[in-house]
Amino acid sequence: MERRANKNNTPEAPQDSPAALEYALGHTLVEHSSTQEHHRHAHAPASVHASGHHLLQVEGLSIGFTLYETQQSGGGLPVAQRRDSKAAGAQEPVARHRPLLSSRQHYVPVIHDLHISVHTGEIVAIVGASGSGKTLLADAVMGMFELNVTVKGRIWFDGIQQDAASLARLRGHGISLVPQSISYLDPLMKVGRQVQGFSKRGDRRERVKRQQELFARYDLEPEVADQYPFELSGGMARRVLLCCALMDDPRVIIADEPTPGLDLELARLALADFREYADAGGGVLLITHDIELALCVADRVAVFNQGTVVEETAVANFASPKTLKHSFSRALWHALPEHDFVTEACCQSHPPNDRLSNDCPPKDRPPNASGLSSGDDAPC
Amino acid sequence: MLTAQDLSFAYGRRSVLQDFNLTVAQTERVALAAPSGFGKTTLCKLLAGYLQPAKGAVLLDNNPVPQRGVSPVQMIWQHPELAVDPRMRMRDTLAEAGETPPELRQKLGIKEEWLSRYPHELSGGELQRFCIARALTTQPRYLIADEISTMLDAVTQAQIWHVLLQEVQERSIGLIFVSHSPALTARIATRVEVLSRG
Repeated sequence: MERRANKNNTPEAPQDSPAALEYALGHTLVEHSSTQEHHRHAHAPASVHASGHHLLQVEGLSIGFTLYETQQSGGGLPVAQRRDSKAAGAQEPVARHRPLLSSRQHYVPVIHDLHISVHTGEIVAIVGASGSGKTLLADAVMGMFELNVTVKGRIWFDGIQQDAASLARLRGHGISLVPQSISYLDPLMKVGRQVQGFSKRGDRRERVKRQQELFARYDLEPEVADQYPFELSGGMARRVLLCCALMDDPRVIIADEPTPGLDLELARLALADFREYADAGGGVLLITHDIELALCVADRVAVFNQGTVVEETAVANFASPKTLKHSFSRALWHALPEHDFVTEACCQSHPPNDRLSNDCPPKDRPPNASGLSSGDDAPC
Repeated sequence: MLTAQDLSFAYGRRSVLQDFNLTVAQTERVALAAPSGFGKTTLCKLLAGYLQPAKGAVLLDNNPVPQRGVSPVQMIWQHPELAVDPRMRMRDTLAEAGETPPELRQKLGIKEEWLSRYPHELSGGELQRFCIARALTTQPRYLIADEISTMLDAVTQAQIWHVLLQEVQERSIGLIFVSHSPALTARIATRVEVLSRG
């Protein structure tokens, strides 16, 4: 039922802001009024609620670290307020290091109150500021936790609420990760065997066959299987990581920056494969900086900033900054090389005759797109 | 002029470059375009002097690039986390290049409190700003940027490229860069050098 309604709506999704807002709100109100009240997103045509629930759903996720403060003038750290009067009295502009054994623990929140959902058959791209905790989100969904981390929130996979142990069990056999860095590969093991090791199915011959199929599909020479990770180029290593994730036919793939280091053609190929995978009924959570590429394949885009998702919207809304609701989304739009390639900061620091700042006369920008430095809804 | 003259290089028996020639003036911003796995990073390392060519030479104004002291050809790496010493606080990493002007730090958006952190306490984008600041502090004549913004979000990417371009233009530093994004290449490059075998 929901799918039909969305199909009617999205192709001619209104481009100007009030109508888009109405469309998004309309979806929330009409389609989900009878179910849980957690839907804070607009749907795309491919968003399907198979069996009446999201394939992967994260609700109210908060992640923080318990750290020792080793520095007295701790900048914006919360412990600054809790410091005892003696230390506060000794406050100096120069950072001084506390001896580790006498420093206190404090809690640094990284992600707070994050909501995101992946439907069957869609790619949700998470784009946003670097250092905003996107990789932490991936780790949390994979059930991989650092020792000093505190994770709160609820995660559903295929309609079943998960805990840390069940998420760990799903890892690689339901939810697969394409990690960000090639350092996730074992440097002392030939890549072919590493890829085969990701599957628990069948016997060795089947796994070898599957690995060879995947290598052939991703344009990796058969002899790559006999090489060690250090012998691979960045792009080859990334394709090997993708093969690892696809070994066991997962339901959800979390791809953490799968494309940097790939040339455009290979990046499109990798993303096309995510697309194909999603069309076959999987779900993909694509964590990326490359908005340009993400917009080519994704159905919905979640804009991530300051540790939370500030806007979850259909890709169609990224056609114009007017249909983007949050100031950070608009700042992202304006910063893209194919649009204005400007940020608030660079407009101020450039002389007006500079070649690049010709692109950013203030009048060209919407009055409230000032993004990072102002705006009511951006606490930055 | 930075000139690569008949460069050849091989990893073991696998040949990467053969009789490669490239000339870049200090006013140019040259994009290197090639498929992944071609050897762009190898070429960058050769130009910056991290690798020695099997044949040919890298010449700066017809002289070999000096092997001692601070190199006038500086490289900014694709993975900043591999380009800094994990045991050093960022202040010390930055000091490898000498004293960084605070204005440069500010322009790149490096916060004071990051200086006392270790690399693992910073994100890739934050680290990359340090690497750029470090490279610029050495007063290089050529900068080699090997996919420096692939791990950055669009806002950060625009910000640091603006700073980099401004510095490169003001100090007339020659820029050689690798990027897979056509839009970014179109924004930055004055010339695109397409690499191909043979």
